[in-house]
Amino acid sequence: MVLLSILSIPFIAAIILLFVKPEKIANNVAIAATAITLALSIYIACNGAVNFDIAWLPSLNARFTLTADGLSKILLLLTCISFPAIFIATAKNHVNNKHQFLSLMLFTQTGLLGVFLAGDALLFYFFWELALIPVYFLCSIWGGEKRVAVTFKFFIYTFLGSLFMLIGIILVYTHTIDQSFAIQSFKQASLTFGQQLAAFALFFAAFAIKMPIFPLHTWQPDAYEQSPTAVTMVLSAVMVKMGLYGVIRWLMPLFPDAFSAHSNFVVLLSVIGILYASFIAIRQDDMKRLIAYSSIAHIGLMSAALFTNIEIGVQGTLIQLFSHGVNVLGLWIIADIIEQQTGTRSLKEMGGLAKQNPTLGILLVGFAFANIALPLTNAFIGEFLMFNGLFQFNPWIAAAAGVSVVLAAIYTLNMVQKCAYGEVSEKINKMQAPNMPAQFVLIVLFIVVVLTGVYPTPLFDLTADTLQQLFIK
Amino acid sequence: MKVILALITLLPLAGFLFNGLGRNIWSKKTIAYNGTMYIFGSFVFSLIAFWNVQEQGAITVHFFDFINTSTVKIPFDFRVDALSSLFLLVITGVGTLIHLYSSAYMHEETAPHYARYFAYLNLFIFSMLLLVLGDNYVIMFIGWEGVGLCSYLLIGYWFTNTTYNNAAKKAFIMNRIGDLGFLLAIFWLIVKLGTVSYGEVLTAESLAKLSSSDITAITLLLFVGAMGKSAQIPLYTWLPDAMAGPTPVSALIHAATMVTAGIYMITRTNIFYTHSEVAQTVVAIIGISTALLAATIAIKQNDIKKVLAYSTVSQLGYMFLGLGVGAYSGAVFHVITHAFFKALLFLAAGSVIHALHHEQDIRKMGGLKSKLPITHLTFLIGCIAIAGVPPFSGFFSKDEILAAAYAKNPIYWFLGLVGAAMTAFYMFRLYATTFLGQFRGTDAQAGHIHESPVSMTIPLILLAILSAVGGAMGVPEILGGHHWLGHHLSSIIGESAPLHLSHSTEWILMGSSVTIALLALLIAIGKYSKQADGEPQTALGKFLYNKWLVDELYEKSIVQPLNRFAGFLKDIVEKNIIDGMVNGTGKLVQYGARQTRLMQSGQVGYYILFMVLSIVVLFLIWFNDIAITRFFYNLIK
Repeated sequence: MVLLSILSIPFIAAIILLFVKPEKIANNVAIAATAITLALSIYIACNGAVNFDIAWLPSLNARFTLTADGLSKILLLLTCISFPAIFIATAKNHVNNKHQFLSLMLFTQTGLLGVFLAGDALLFYFFWELALIPVYFLCSIWGGEKRVAVTFKFFIYTFLGSLFMLIGIILVYTHTIDQSFAIQSFKQASLTFGQQLAAFALFFAAFAIKMPIFPLHTWQPDAYEQSPTAVTMVLSAVMVKMGLYGVIRWLMPLFPDAFSAHSNFVVLLSVIGILYASFIAIRQDDMKRLIAYSSIAHIGLMSAALFTNIEIGVQGTLIQLFSHGVNVLGLWIIADIIEQQTGTRSLKEMGGLAKQNPTLGILLVGFAFANIALPLTNAFIGEFLMFNGLFQFNPWIAAAAGVSVVLAAIYTLNMVQKCAYGEVSEKINKMQAPNMPAQFVLIVLFIVVVLTGVYPTPLFDLTADTLQQLFIK
Repeated sequence: MKVILALITLLPLAGFLFNGLGRNIWSKKTIAYNGTMYIFGSFVFSLIAFWNVQEQGAITVHFFDFINTSTVKIPFDFRVDALSSLFLLVITGVGTLIHLYSSAYMHEETAPHYARYFAYLNLFIFSMLLLVLGDNYVIMFIGWEGVGLCSYLLIGYWFTNTTYNNAAKKAFIMNRIGDLGFLLAIFWLIVKLGTVSYGEVLTAESLAKLSSSDITAITLLLFVGAMGKSAQIPLYTWLPDAMAGPTPVSALIHAATMVTAGIYMITRTNIFYTHSEVAQTVVAIIGISTALLAATIAIKQNDIKKVLAYSTVSQLGYMFLGLGVGAYSGAVFHVITHAFFKALLFLAAGSVIHALHHEQDIRKMGGLKSKLPITHLTFLIGCIAIAGVPPFSGFFSKDEILAAAYAKNPIYWFLGLVGAAMTAFYMFRLYATTFLGQFRGTDAQAGHIHESPVSMTIPLILLAILSAVGGAMGVPEILGGHHWLGHHLSSIIGESAPLHLSHSTEWILMGSSVTIALLALLIAIGKYSKQADGEPQTALGKFLYNKWLVDELYEKSIVQPLNRFAGFLKDIVEKNIIDGMVNGTGKLVQYGARQTRLMQSGQVGYYILFMVLSIVVLFLIWFNDIAITRFFYNLIK
């Protein structure tokens, strides 16, 4: 029941918000609803595995099955931390028809939670689309100047992926023994190697676009840049995790042979993507695009570690799913505060933030070092384990990917220098009053960064069952 | 013991939090008092730990599981033994003095910045203590990158200055290159041995499990890490730039402690290095090359801190030479004596800079001998110590390294001797130009010159005493000592094997190095006590003055090409090729759609034809989905 309620609360709140026009009340409703989901997600994470199951579409034998294992829980936590954080941090940002904006955001949250909980392939697909469609509207209505073209590309890209996945789901469905969409039946489906490969390819297309894996990434920097920052935060902190989640939940257990047959290929692509995105990040002047490419590089590492199919690397990815979300959220919030108050994203026009607003400057430095996985920040744990897996897979590939550790330092410290150091620039000088709610959120997030970086054991415990299922038959 | 070790590290951390969080609250007095006392407390507990180790030997304590997976377990453990207890004393001892010194040196800063400075410094001590106290390579790595962070923050302490920020960034990035090597070594250990704890890695059993190429790879990768942190060729260029930080920072981080982390790491791993002839040779050659290169540059520099910085690089090179020839205790010995005299030299230089209101160019100094008596005397002691004049501390430690180098290969020894001569020369060039002769600064400066306050001179005096007598901890047998340090470290590196040098050879070696050092220092005093070095005239002089043009070389051959490559990816590949392909696909679909639209022409015949074709296709799919899957398979292949 608790799983159903965590899904329905944002959904109900979203519907209510359609009718609550005053901005302040709308804000509060959204924050309250997401705060409840946060509490519920913590409750779920602290308890054992939970399930919810009722009939849904009997004619197809599709069921409304929700399950939460470690993988689901860690992403549930991330989603439920991100949304209230985003709402509080952007509460001061004024947009037209904010209640509709918030409502669509909450629909997105519902979709995301559903994706991470669905234990039935058709339901998974349903939520997958549910998460996507509100984002399409959010970007195309509230986005930047080039929003129409960019959102169109984003939509076509991801929609195409979803379509492939749907075909894949039907393909596997027709080969299940009991004609069911349940994940258990999918696992037992009798597929020949050729069918596995086809299904693998279809699912992979959807996940690879979502992550995204090089060279399918070009929708992402544009979409991040053009979306309203609150949406960018959702996209990059939580939504890209859908692709990685899909790989762990569906691709690995369903098509193990096809998976290992392609590990070389995908790992190589991912590592190329890491280096490629890191190099491009070095030359970015737009803060949002810089963070976007940095994020592509980080996601590339996660995908590489997953496709090595080596336990320690997958363990790292499970932890990094969470850590990356928290860190990138912090960076986006800072970028958003600066953009809201100065009207610029160009690093050239920044400078002196540390002098103008020391607290924000310190937080920027803190999140920047978390972004480059300094030990005792959360990202170190994940990256250390992921590189470890990569090294077991192939030391040379690990060494090549390791170059990104240096490149990340280059672009991140460039960003810090241009934004925070130096004399106060004309634009930064406009930042008079600090945005207290946003800074509060940043401080809380930073505490999470350090706590999970110093004592990651809870994250290990949380994800242990998923790992066991994947690697101990 | 658990509590003591916890307190040693937690006190500096508490200091960091106290000053960091209270930076807008506390007065400067409170900040300095607490910042210093937390470190002093840590020093007191380090003394207790040291005594405990003397009595009971190595002690390991477990705090919690840091990384706990089914394949590898990395506990958060501390280990205090003969090696780490020595480093503890140096870090917290010299650290306390430098905190004390800073309280006066940084007095011009406003309270929040003053607090920030002390917070960074405390965090540095915390990281450095993690580095030496960790019981496995991952904890060492935590401290390793932690000190890198603090070094970055402190070099760029005056963050409104772009040059300083660039120096800070350069330091961190160059260190990161080294860190990558360190990380790969850790992964190698995990893959081959499944553990990174010293107690399990540094044993005969694990050596037996590793092939000789494994050992060589691990040791070389670790050494790459050491190259970064300890500023060896080719990763040394960040250290001279790091002088952008406040002078006490240069003394503590970029001379006495952090940069010696590489020596600590290799000494810790000495049984691996002893088993790899290749690695030892590489370490020795890089070490002696760095020692000589940096010494030649130091001869021509005119910035008081730059001379000391290159001198540090050069002395670190000596330490690596020592490691490379197997003189581990000699290298650690030199770490300790160097910590004394180099911290002293930097602090004394800071005292000069302080007296002259931020003047760092030695050509504008001179004649400070009578005006800054304490600074002058302590600086002189530091110079004598580093030049290797007996019985000052540097003589003993350097001599131990040189003797071992001779035993390994006389060429090493000879090159080391050349370096020693240069060291004596450039140090006394620095001394003579700064303190002897006439004052060459402005009259306004001359009027304001004053000796530094007590909180600055006390550290100078204490360090001068240590620099003078510190050699006592390692007096070799030939001079009637029994080398306490060598015996102390025997549990880590084994009793040092006798060098197979006859007493007469040892006397000759010692005699020649002392003679040559004295000769060099007398020449330097003679040459520079009257006038400062002018602009370099000869081609060689300019070449040395311009630091062998290494920075320019890196800029041209690495930084710029990579930057261009990144630009190429961003502007050409990403925009035109990859996104071009995507958009091209979109256009193709649109074009296709326009064409296929024409097929819906309203003629029934066409529709029937397509219906039949579609049914055929469906049948094919239905009965033959293997074929279609193969198609997909080929598609993604």
